[in-house]
Amino acid sequence: MSDGGANNGVSYAIDARGLTKIYDGRAVVDHVDIQVPRGKIYGFLGPNGSGKTTSIRLLCGLLTPDDGTGSCLGMDLRTHAAQIKRRVGYMTQRFSLWDDLSIRENLQFVTEMYGLDRPRERAQDALKALGLAERAEQLAGQLSGGWKQRLSLAACTIHNPDLLLLDEPTAGVDPKARREFWDEIHRLAASGLTVLVSTHYMDEAERCHEIIYMAYGKIVARGSVDDVIGHAGLSTWALYARDLNALRRELEKDPAVSTLASFGESLHVSGTDAKALEAALKGYETQPGFAAERIATSLEDVFIHYMAGVKDNFA
Amino acid sequence: MTQEGKKIREGFSLRRAYALMKKEFIQLKRDKMTLRMIVMIPIIQILLFGYALNNDPKHLPTAVLAQDHSVFARSFVAGLVNTDYFAVTREPKSAAAAQRLLREGQVQFVVTIPENFGRDIVRGQKPQALIEADATDPTAISGPIAAAQGVFSTAFARDFTGPLAYLKGRQGSLSVEVHRMYNPEGFTRYNILPGLMGIILTMTGIMMTAMAITRERERGTMENLLSMPVRPLEVMIGKIMPYVLIGYIQAAIIVFLGEALFGVPVIGSLVLLSAVLVVFIACNLALGYLLSASAQNQTQAIQMSIMVLMPSILLSGFLFPFRGMPHWAQDIGSFLPATYFIRISRGILLKGDGFMDIWQNFWPLLAFMVVITVIATKRYRQTLD
Repeated sequence: MSDGGANNGVSYAIDARGLTKIYDGRAVVDHVDIQVPRGKIYGFLGPNGSGKTTSIRLLCGLLTPDDGTGSCLGMDLRTHAAQIKRRVGYMTQRFSLWDDLSIRENLQFVTEMYGLDRPRERAQDALKALGLAERAEQLAGQLSGGWKQRLSLAACTIHNPDLLLLDEPTAGVDPKARREFWDEIHRLAASGLTVLVSTHYMDEAERCHEIIYMAYGKIVARGSVDDVIGHAGLSTWALYARDLNALRRELEKDPAVSTLASFGESLHVSGTDAKALEAALKGYETQPGFAAERIATSLEDVFIHYMAGVKDNFA
Repeated sequence: MTQEGKKIREGFSLRRAYALMKKEFIQLKRDKMTLRMIVMIPIIQILLFGYALNNDPKHLPTAVLAQDHSVFARSFVAGLVNTDYFAVTREPKSAAAAQRLLREGQVQFVVTIPENFGRDIVRGQKPQALIEADATDPTAISGPIAAAQGVFSTAFARDFTGPLAYLKGRQGSLSVEVHRMYNPEGFTRYNILPGLMGIILTMTGIMMTAMAITRERERGTMENLLSMPVRPLEVMIGKIMPYVLIGYIQAAIIVFLGEALFGVPVIGSLVLLSAVLVVFIACNLALGYLLSASAQNQTQAIQMSIMVLMPSILLSGFLFPFRGMPHWAQDIGSFLPATYFIRISRGILLKGDGFMDIWQNFWPLLAFMVVITVIATKRYRQTLD
């Protein structure tokens, strides 16, 4: 197979450079590079409105880029959108199957849209795999959120795509359904499928091989979770005090502190300059019940740090 | 490439268009309210429009077949023109040519002045002038016919001087014979019902297709559809075909109820009407499809449909005689498919028009269909841009 974009010996399912999309003169996606090697699960993170959905739509040919070049599965984004669609599965953020069609009708319709043979049998197989064979005639609109998600995943993988683009697939789904969903994604990846999945959940980010963090149309960080945390260069302390709120108000004004987050009995503070932060914390030792403990920086601390930083650059 | 990948078809796929059509039918089947409306709209409209609407148009196109060229013949025609109802637009050479003009609807009246018209007047022999009126639209001719009866008492006032003064004051120096062609009883509903077919098909056709597409956009399913390898023409065919069938059902209701309740005759060929219906329905559906390309939601789609529907009701010759409208209004009407279809349906149902008779109104419909379909498929965006 020679139809993958190859670079430094790595075969990329997605290889996009300088991808840009402009709405009303504003770059929603601003010269973004995305490389995803085949068979990997990449997490796409970033705050709401950061350009994740637009990037995914650019990759599956639903939007035309205003600038940049790229390929999906070795096919050019601009010239081969139709061919790309045949081998990519795209799951939209909103449930986008037909509410007034039954589960079976939806699956069969999608099969037919991909021009596959034996649509009836394929729909039946998918129903069985989903465990929905008994409820096949139920209207899709009546399913619960978790089932809608699973049905959507079954629909967008029914043509055995080589690349799966999932846009916040688990938003609003309970933890058990989310876990099952991710088990399924890992099972698909193990069979050679490449997955790019956007999410807001940190635990989901940790289930990805690598993550891409995007904010305000730009990629701010990328790499494995450990890399991203390491590159941020943050040091983090958990602080305890009798009056955490008073401590928090003090720390908010402190220049050595870049992020602050309350966690029940403790307050997590992070700063880019470990020594400065440590020195600054010494100043609070006189507060009643004060204790400080250095802890590992979490992905969330890093993201909040980045969000604040990028916002400052934009202001 | 996977096994499945090889089986994927390239290019236009009839199977995919069929699958889209099937989906549309299933969705329609579950939309009980819309199904009821499809049947109720024509029934209610027929009952409502079964009543007469009146109007008094002027300057109607008239063909004069003059077999006599005396001063009296000229005075008679001048007298008709002076009533403001008649405008002489054609002067056919033979009776057959005159009949053809009337049948094709190019003129509303044929005035035949017989041979020896002038001589018979001078001899006091009461010659008979014949006015044949296209009575499919009775409101258009009642005024002119009444006015024509009075013409002979005034038209010759200036001619009856000198040696002919003895003719003055003699009532009925000629008689005017009026033949109401195609709709002898002058029932307005005869005229309204074939027109109503055009209006109802315009209304449901444009609205339903426009909404069928914007609904996909509103619900977010369009994004899903666009992410699959579907071609614009397949979507268009799949979306439009169910509504062609609906158009036929409505047309059948109108013809059946028109005949059953109001005795509207079906003189021409229903096969020919069916053939024209395909083209007309396709025109409206493609137009609805085109409108939906610019509408963001179903409310906008309905508003845009009304933008086409209102002129179709008012300016197509459905409510008011086309030739009674000011020229600018006629010009607008000339860009509405309903204008041509209404003429054809009236021609076929009431006059028994054949293919050659309707051709001059049929080719604009064909042109509409082709142009709108091409623009609509071009405007269909395969992306969300």
